Amino acid sequence: MADVDKWVYSNVVKDHFIHPRGFLLGEPKEGEFDSYGEVGSLACGDIIKVWIKVDKETNKIKDFKWQTWGCATAIASASAFAEMIMKNNGMKVEEAMNIKPKDIADYLGGLPARKFHCSILADKAFKKAVENYRNKN
Amino acid sequence: MTNIKTKRIYMDHAAAAPMDKRVKKAMEPYWTENFGNPNALYKEGLIARNAVETAREDIAKILGARAKEIIFTNGGTESDNLAILGVAKNFKSGHIITTKFEHHAVLNSCKRLEKEGFEVTYLDVGKEGVVNPEDVKRALKPETILVSIMYANNEIGTVQPIREIAKVVRGFKKKNKENFPLFHTDACQAPGYLDINVERLGVDLMTINGSKIYGPKGIGLLYAKNGIKLEPLLYGGEQERRLRPGTENVPAIVGLAEALKIAGQDGEKESTRLVKLRDYFINRLLGEIPKTVLNGHPIQRLPSNINVSILDAEGESIVLYLDEAGIACSTGSACTSESLEPSHVILAIGKPRAYAHGAMRFSLGRSTTKKDIDYVMKVLPDIIKKLRMFSPVNIKI
Repeated sequence: MADVDKWVYSNVVKDHFIHPRGFLLGEPKEGEFDSYGEVGSLACGDIIKVWIKVDKETNKIKDFKWQTWGCATAIASASAFAEMIMKNNGMKVEEAMNIKPKDIADYLGGLPARKFHCSILADKAFKKAVENYRNKN
Repeated sequence: MTNIKTKRIYMDHAAAAPMDKRVKKAMEPYWTENFGNPNALYKEGLIARNAVETAREDIAKILGARAKEIIFTNGGTESDNLAILGVAKNFKSGHIITTKFEHHAVLNSCKRLEKEGFEVTYLDVGKEGVVNPEDVKRALKPETILVSIMYANNEIGTVQPIREIAKVVRGFKKKNKENFPLFHTDACQAPGYLDINVERLGVDLMTINGSKIYGPKGIGLLYAKNGIKLEPLLYGGEQERRLRPGTENVPAIVGLAEALKIAGQDGEKESTRLVKLRDYFINRLLGEIPKTVLNGHPIQRLPSNINVSILDAEGESIVLYLDEAGIACSTGSACTSESLEPSHVILAIGKPRAYAHGAMRFSLGRSTTKKDIDYVMKVLPDIIKKLRMFSPVNIKI
């Protein structure tokens, strides 16, 4: 018999979706972050914004926050990405730049194929934020 | 196994309604006891044939039709396909008029015909989701073979002026001294809430489905007025006047007849009850959740239908949070939840795509009480608050 107790997504996705980690409440304060990145559109149905603060000495990510409008996967993947890069007091920027959508999907215990390309946006928004950061510095 | 611990509140009756116990009881003898093939000549066959033909006569009476005008199919989608492809293939070429917010069973049948050289006009439905019969009048041309307009929209519940449109089509026919265009309506959402008498409506073809009306799944019918020539979708035996070959689904046919009977008997009282609940629910949604807008005409809609766009939150997320809270509802049509496209119905009433992404449909039913609505209104505002808390979107109304 089919396992109907299983959610439409994995339990990890569900956990991140229902209890999202690392989002920014309200607007960022002046100087709270070094840079910001955004991808998606209202038309597509998914928008993610991310903010980063980088330690200039160590090139580690000191803080990462996100805001997402979209489906469960979009929210869960943002939350998962935040957890992944903030582990052990923050990843090095170069290391975080190497995180691929598949890594996020794996971290979440897998995602439905149709959700893979459109709703994993955190890595792309992060790359934009890093680009902006590098342009500024 | 499913383990639903807490009480569930089911508000997706437009997707599937629980089968009425009386329907189940009527069907019961036709699974194991009276299992015969209605096409057989011996006693078992005759019992089954009698059940099918009694159901057909009962249904014909309810629709104000003749028994031979009822074709049993496997559901609404098949009936829509049979009406549209069946008429078109018989005419071989021509023009079809439909609307932008039809069910995909109609829209995709029309799109298929466009590939085969037919011309299709997709009418606008206005901001409130109601077709203007004048627009139908303007779109009619001598080559028009078929007009297909749904009775009540499955997502926003708006009721279409079917009688007025039928009058327009009839007038055009008379003027041209032709027996076409034919007028088809998908009435899957109508029984129990709206008049489904084909004579009074003035339709030539009408689709009815079992599972939306507390009947079994996998059964539907197409009413096709006497004399209308249809090309079948399937080829096989001579069942359903060769228009729908295959052994008749005897228990489901019996169940469909029973479901239609019950819808007719209880319909008026239930409609009055649901209109009150619907309006109470809409008022609370619009009043208590900021940036919430109603989709579709406020009154000219099914007593069971509530459809709102909740801005700065996204439909799938809301559905899944509500599911966690014990509430079942949908983002629009369940048929499209596999696709990532926002509702074509919300776009058809001129709302931006961001509104379509936040569209929510609650469809009430026989089990719905005021208490259920109060529970939804207890949890939904907090869910929206939470989703908006981490949403970067701030749409201006």
